[in-house]
Amino acid sequence: MRFSSFQYNLRQGLKNIWRNKMFSMASVATMTACIFLFGLFYSISVNFSGMVKNAERGVAITVYFDDKATQDEIDQIGTAIMKRKEVAKCNFVSAEEAWKRFQSDYFKGHSDAAESFADDNPLADMANYEIYLKDVSKQARLVSYIEGLAGVREVHQSATTARTLTDFNALVRYISLGIIFVLIAVAAFLISNTVSVGISVRKEEIAIMKLIGARDAFVRAPFVVEGILIGLIGSIIPLMILAIVYNNIIHYVAERFDALKSMFSFVSAGNIFHVLIPVSLLLGVGIGYAGSRITLKRHLDV
Amino acid sequence: MIKLEHVSKTYEAGVQALKDVSLHIMPGEFVFIVGDSGSGKSTLIKLLLKELSPTSGKITVNGKDLSRISHRHIPDYRRKIGCVFQNFRLLQDRNVYENVAFAMRVIEAGKRQIKKQVPYMLSLVGLASKYRSLPRHLSGGEQQRVAIARALVNKPKILLADEPTGNLDGHNAWEIMKLLDQINKAGTTVVVVTHNMEIVRAMNKRVITIRKGSVVDDQKGDADAI
Repeated sequence: MRFSSFQYNLRQGLKNIWRNKMFSMASVATMTACIFLFGLFYSISVNFSGMVKNAERGVAITVYFDDKATQDEIDQIGTAIMKRKEVAKCNFVSAEEAWKRFQSDYFKGHSDAAESFADDNPLADMANYEIYLKDVSKQARLVSYIEGLAGVREVHQSATTARTLTDFNALVRYISLGIIFVLIAVAAFLISNTVSVGISVRKEEIAIMKLIGARDAFVRAPFVVEGILIGLIGSIIPLMILAIVYNNIIHYVAERFDALKSMFSFVSAGNIFHVLIPVSLLLGVGIGYAGSRITLKRHLDV
Repeated sequence: MIKLEHVSKTYEAGVQALKDVSLHIMPGEFVFIVGDSGSGKSTLIKLLLKELSPTSGKITVNGKDLSRISHRHIPDYRRKIGCVFQNFRLLQDRNVYENVAFAMRVIEAGKRQIKKQVPYMLSLVGLASKYRSLPRHLSGGEQQRVAIARALVNKPKILLADEPTGNLDGHNAWEIMKLLDQINKAGTTVVVVTHNMEIVRAMNKRVITIRKGSVVDDQKGDADAI
């Protein structure tokens, strides 16, 4: 297509939007709502995933050894565990360290109770590996692997916590996807409606164009431009709103709810928008393009 | 130039618009196709524009068998044919210049070419001074002149005119016919569908008469009657 034809079709696309102001505005508004909600769910999902990851880091598997296990065997178990992809960290906790931790956790302020044990370590057989996972959903598989290793007496896991976190994360993701899918369908439908109105308004012009030798692509172009522009505008507006809202919420929560700050940290706006901007623009333009193309196929015999 | 061989057209509803029509129009000819309403004249124009396909028979235009032109190549074919309609079919929201330029934009002509060709065509149809007027501010005859300029701006070899004087008074109808005759004398083949027998007789050109879908008469005229 010539540059002058491209300019012409761009102008015609803008004229279409202007001619059907009300429908165009409705489409832009719906697209704005869709992309805004998409951005909102994405931000929530990313932050929640971050929180889950944080929580997962606190969920450990504890591996205890056979009484007769030698240091060599214990080292071999450690090496085998570290080789696993799902393992983020594996700490060796000696029997002495385990006893020290127990004392600090349970005998705080009652040092006399701890002293009654003198040099006797009641946790002498509780040397262990503390394993932290990259992905808590892989916990069951890792546990069964470790249980099969020679020299392992017992493996403790917090199965319920792991399952709950995994399930909850999946639930949020499914709900987000479901809502986004419905919104995308609504947006595509509205854009299709706007383009349909445009086609019916320009029916005579299209008929003349075809009679005097316009190619199909030339007839379609202004409507495709219209759909893409609606999608583009409908994704830029919510991105701007989201940027303002997200930053304000982070600051507000950080200032007002100090306790929450220690429990989790928000993903930075930069990290969120690094993904959200290209995805939203692509989504907006894609829905606009698809909406207009589907309508053209249905209403135009070109 | 235009050749119909045993062409028939039956619509889906079972109405037979054309029955075994055969005719041959030579390059540079001026031909009237006359007949009553519903005789099949407009169907013939639609077949020549490849808006419709014949049920049977063969149509050849500019040496090309129309049944062999694929959907993708229809625009290329139509660019070689200009068409004018009874109700002018001008874009009401665009001025005279834009209406003529539209035909060139549609075939993706360059800006420079458009700027050169459109004023030339408007002067040819006598509307150079009205290039900024909107169609609704023009008389019927002037609107039809704009439509003719639009039909000719891409220099087609054939001009098809479907009832071009149908919405015009006697004076304007005659002016349009004189313009079409000039265009024909410049080398364009002109096919005019009409039921205005007064004009047909005055022009003294070849007249093909269609009745109930069949060619019933084909009379040669005097080429230099006007």
